[in-house]
Amino acid sequence: MRTENQKAWFFVLPVLALVAFNALVPMMTVVNYSVQETFGNNQFFWEGLGWFEQILRSDRFQAALGRQFLFTFLILLIEVPLGIIVALSMPRKGFWVPVCLVLMALPMLIPWNVVGSMWNIFTLPKIGLMGYFLNDVLGINYDMTQQPLSAWITVIVMDVWHWTSLVVLLCYAGLVSIPDAYYQAAKIDGASPWSVFRYIQLPKMKTVLTIAVLLRFMDSFNIYTEPFVLTGGGPGNSTTLLSIDLVKIALGQFDLGPAAAMSLIYFAITLLVSWVFYTLMTKDDAQ
Amino acid sequence: MKKRSLIPILYIAFLMLPIYWLVAMSFKTTNEILSGFSLFPQTFTLENYVTIFTDPTWYWGYINSIIYVTINTVLSVCVALPAAYAFSRYRFLGDKQLFFWLLTNRMAPAAVFALPFFQLYSSIHLFDTYLAVALAHTLFNVPLAVWILEGFMRGIPKELDETAYVDGYSFPRFFVTIFLPNIKAGVGVAAFFCFMFSWVEMLLAKTLTAVEAKPIAAVMTRTASSAGYELGLLAAAGTLTIIPGAIVIWFVRNYIARGFAMGRV
Repeated sequence: MRTENQKAWFFVLPVLALVAFNALVPMMTVVNYSVQETFGNNQFFWEGLGWFEQILRSDRFQAALGRQFLFTFLILLIEVPLGIIVALSMPRKGFWVPVCLVLMALPMLIPWNVVGSMWNIFTLPKIGLMGYFLNDVLGINYDMTQQPLSAWITVIVMDVWHWTSLVVLLCYAGLVSIPDAYYQAAKIDGASPWSVFRYIQLPKMKTVLTIAVLLRFMDSFNIYTEPFVLTGGGPGNSTTLLSIDLVKIALGQFDLGPAAAMSLIYFAITLLVSWVFYTLMTKDDAQ
Repeated sequence: MKKRSLIPILYIAFLMLPIYWLVAMSFKTTNEILSGFSLFPQTFTLENYVTIFTDPTWYWGYINSIIYVTINTVLSVCVALPAAYAFSRYRFLGDKQLFFWLLTNRMAPAAVFALPFFQLYSSIHLFDTYLAVALAHTLFNVPLAVWILEGFMRGIPKELDETAYVDGYSFPRFFVTIFLPNIKAGVGVAAFFCFMFSWVEMLLAKTLTAVEAKPIAAVMTRTASSAGYELGLLAAAGTLTIIPGAIVIWFVRNYIARGFAMGRV
């Protein structure tokens, strides 16, 4: 298969230099801030691990982390099954396939701040289509700027709208790679639709599904722009996810030490969970 | 069969509703928007678009965005090509660890990097240039491009390389004239993804620019706050940001399904 060749490092060197410049220098800046205290004037004092302890113990961080996990859990719970269902019911061939794919991919190509503005306009009570429909046609009391529950539902629906297509397209790619012979064999054996799904389609989608879950986890855990533009973290702090809280501390209050410590904890959590997914994924590759 | 096609139709309808609303809003006058609900524009106006196309701050926002996205896409794909080749063909010391480390950069929250990036690019005098945004976006685009290209390259049998060397091809000549045409689809898909993620990312782009290279997002937020609540104008600006993505995706429509699987199916 692959041959042993240390000269391959030369091929990797440009990527290494570029990513190291972009990742290591800023990361070291963050590490540097996280262990120091500053009162402005470029004077810094050694703080040790104090900020880390303070952040980990603070109710504010724990609340934001809790909201972040709840958000990511909910959108995975909705987007993954919905994506599989839509992918399964898509036609395999024909004129409509590229049209469907292009339309489905469209939300992913809209700049994130526009996604936020768009959903803001869409959900305004009295003026927006969804706000008007819920309030004036169905008579449901819905106001994203006042009720935390409405804000949460809006943020979740927005993410489902934005990213379910990624799961659909990945699963669809897995499904079209199944040869027709598999289905014919299943038909001869008189397999039920459920067993076709369970023993033919699901195993074929396993790799792509892992990629889908991994990408959706990473991106939803790091989400910032869309909910920030849509709700600004409110009402109150109800939709203040981790990134929003981090930017508030770093650029709003300019508390660089705590913000840097929080960045590192945040990054470590993302890394840990992603590593678990990644090991599961490559374990399947090896088999 | 009929019942089954209902699900994609409903799903696409759900996707199109907010987009329709944005487009409909962009053709309304501010008065009509604020006066109440109307499903279709009552007094159809192009005024919002005229404003955008005649005001340099507006249209330069789009041009700036397109410039740094293009630089980023070319740069990311060019450096990712040799690296992906190395990962797909050779085993070397620390290859697995390196691959994972590259991927970890895709996991770093952009919010974490906003302030350090500002300081880094200010200190090397690249602040407010196209290159700054293009370079910053390579942080998440290069790992992705390597990942996608490696998947496609692994599908090309190694015998192709060996036959070419036996025939007396040098490595660069083989890579450009034989190997690249074979992974055309992969290059297209990688370029598409780089374009997409650079085009939609706004936090870093906004942080790293002030005047000269200001992306459309910054223009939108600044206008929204200074000129009050001009929803129609905001909607028109939003509608125009959808168009470049729609054009690019139409070009790669036949590769989309495979591309999203990162060539690994």
